[in-house]
Amino acid sequence: MDNPVFERIKQDVSDNDVVVYMKGTPVFPQCGFSAVVVQVLTHLGVKYKGINVLEDPGLREGIKDYSNWPTIPQLYVKGEFVGGCDIVREMFQSGELAEMMSSRGIEVESAA
Amino acid sequence: MSMPTDSSSGAGRAPSMKQRIEDKLRAGLAPQRLEVADDSHKHEGHSGWQPGGETHFRVEVVSQAFEGENRVARQRRVYALLSEEMAERIHALQIRTLTPDEDAG
Repeated sequence: MDNPVFERIKQDVSDNDVVVYMKGTPVFPQCGFSAVVVQVLTHLGVKYKGINVLEDPGLREGIKDYSNWPTIPQLYVKGEFVGGCDIVREMFQSGELAEMMSSRGIEVESAA
Repeated sequence: MSMPTDSSSGAGRAPSMKQRIEDKLRAGLAPQRLEVADDSHKHEGHSGWQPGGETHFRVEVVSQAFEGENRVARQRRVYALLSEEMAERIHALQIRTLTPDEDAG
């Protein structure tokens, strides 16, 4: 844990229940896979923080080392890495994502 | 309907990226079922796409090796097997991982 970016990541994922590291912003995603995660979270109606890795090359690489996951987007819930686009989509479709959020005390508006 | 251009392993040519993915996953996971699709043509002009394609792939793999592992662990395994290819050229890899039981169910 010597990468200075890790401190920032730790701070962000502990200050916010739901965090997405993505390309672009929730309003203007700049990658189809990031857009999928935004759509899912919007559909569930959960509050989340989107962090644009394109604005920070150090973060863009650092987040991959932090999570041991080589691609963006990445979803974190309560500080824990949940997965990338495919996992988020699968868990959304099966209802697991909504269930996991509620079980951790995160308000979900609509389950699926 | 246009057929995706697939230049797999012609004589004397370097193996296609699709072929390399298949070889690595077969060697590393002994899959019961493996499908690798090159979706690069669907992403032409998008970020991460390069002339010549071979940038966007979709993988569905059924392997006993995934038994008892969660989704994150399974996909990490796939990414690790393909780390060279990821570093070289692959921009996006969609992954679906199943155990034989899940595949049958």
